Amino acid sequence: MTSEAKHSAITVSGLEIGYFKKKKKIPIASDIDFSIDSGKLVTLVGANGIGKSTLLRTLSGMQPELDGKVIIGGKDLSAYSSLERATQLSVVLTEAPASGNLTVRELISLGRQPYTNSFGVLSERDRLVIQNALEITETAVLKNRKCYELSDGQMQRVVIARALAQDTPLIILDEPTTHLDLYHRAYILKLLKRLTAENGKTVLFSTHEIDLGIQLADVMIVMEKDAIHVDEPCKLIEHGRFNSLFPEDTIHFDANSGRFTIKN
Amino acid sequence: MDTHRSYTIWFVMLLAGLLFFFLINISLGSVKIPLGDVISALAGNGASKSSWEYIITDYRLPKALTAIMAGSGLAVSGLLMQTLFRNPLAGPFVLGLSSGASLGVALLILGAGAFGGFLGSLLLSQWSLVIASALGSFLVLLAVLAVTLRVKDSMAILIIGLMFGSVTAAVVAVLSYFSTAEKLQQYIFWSFGSLGNQSWSGILILALCCILGILIAFASCKSLNALLLGENYAKSMGLRIKRTTLLIILATSILAGGITAFAGPIAFVGLAVPHLTRQLFVTSNHFVLVPAVLLCGAILMLICDTVAQLPMSEETLPINAITSLIGAPVVIWLLVRKRKLLF
Repeated sequence: MTSEAKHSAITVSGLEIGYFKKKKKIPIASDIDFSIDSGKLVTLVGANGIGKSTLLRTLSGMQPELDGKVIIGGKDLSAYSSLERATQLSVVLTEAPASGNLTVRELISLGRQPYTNSFGVLSERDRLVIQNALEITETAVLKNRKCYELSDGQMQRVVIARALAQDTPLIILDEPTTHLDLYHRAYILKLLKRLTAENGKTVLFSTHEIDLGIQLADVMIVMEKDAIHVDEPCKLIEHGRFNSLFPEDTIHFDANSGRFTIKN
Repeated sequence: MDTHRSYTIWFVMLLAGLLFFFLINISLGSVKIPLGDVISALAGNGASKSSWEYIITDYRLPKALTAIMAGSGLAVSGLLMQTLFRNPLAGPFVLGLSSGASLGVALLILGAGAFGGFLGSLLLSQWSLVIASALGSFLVLLAVLAVTLRVKDSMAILIIGLMFGSVTAAVVAVLSYFSTAEKLQQYIFWSFGSLGNQSWSGILILALCCILGILIAFASCKSLNALLLGENYAKSMGLRIKRTTLLIILATSILAGGITAFAGPIAFVGLAVPHLTRQLFVTSNHFVLVPAVLLCGAILMLICDTVAQLPMSEETLPINAITSLIGAPVVIWLLVRKRKLLF
């Protein structure tokens, strides 16, 4: 049990997610149980409105769980102080950073906030981590550019670099590939794959690119209305888990190619 | 780093500018006092005419100091609000503080008629104006803080502040409708703002407010930088949002409330100076911006006050009008030139 807990990046048991309205629980999904080993690339897929973002927000501690437990890094998520939590997991959100006036390097440096003193002074180690993040995401050439000058693809790399600078074992990304063209989608996904393979990070991201996810992910979480399936992509295909993801009369999942096709 | 050197150059230039406009401000007025005499009087060596010495120490020096504090305090609180709400249109008075102060003063001046005679004139001493406007903004502050503790979204605080503003403006309008022309004029004169006629004890209290507010602003620089990414990112980096929001609102209220109490509602500086500063220092880093905004605010206010004095004449223009008359064209010019409003 102890060795299992050590290798597990996220363990979720009996989790119920949703929100509170006038102190009453409004659940979106419940009875969620899964465990994810560290160092894996995990893709979260599901139809719009099924609760992917809510699940990610709950797992990253931005939204309280309604019931159940989330254990991250061997400790209950709610037991972390906000600063400790910031050293355990970093996020990439769908919303763009509010200010466009920061330079790329300044924005990435903000990722060091959990570690810097109250004057935000960067130490030698901070600079090293930032430099490393710039190199991994190939954003070093952009470092003096203002964020408002960047394209969507560049910006996505920069916010991922910021999460890397935060130097956490777990990175959670909410739809990191939206608004990107096919090349940049593939680039970002390969970058995420590299982070798990070469840097030992656990990366959990939601996406609508199910076919790309199937090709790259170590583990996939398939969210459906009343069930959640967590497994390796090929096993999920074997069990036909993708077939019921969308209404069958419109889209059909082809198990041989691992793709969705439109039904005529 | 090149940027650091250019920041240092700008800071040295701003400091020199502050000193220069401080001396010019004291030197010019209805009576022109030569710079040499100004410097020697400030150094405690006396001026060549004793009347000059009196004018400088009892009138112009307090006024110049008030200008510096009001300018820098309002500018810093404007910067705090723009970052907290991530809205370039925010200023120190978006929380409704100045309307609160106006309400306090309006109740005092326009309501004093109701007490009549002796009590009425007692109520209208200079200190009572200060106390009334301080009370007014303090009550609005309490209301805003109560709302901050309940509401999750900082944009909601912005709207609620604006609503407080309209409600108090409406109450002031009703009060004005029922008051005499004389009282109304008195109230309007207060709303013009005035940096002069401060007692040294008043300046001390103002200085305490400004120092406290600015210290909180300096201490919040790291959190303000995190807020540049938005609340959710800031939270994910370990920032305690509620505590930060409370601190920032507290600092703004102390600054804007204190300054409004002593100098009246001075518009525009708080909104414009952060934008002017961001054009000079092309950065959003608050460790640079806060001190820069401080200096720019002080300089702008000194210039406006110098102009408002109408050198070589007996007349003084309302400072509230001058800040907008000078500031607005500058901001328009800068924005048209740069075409982009960043924060």
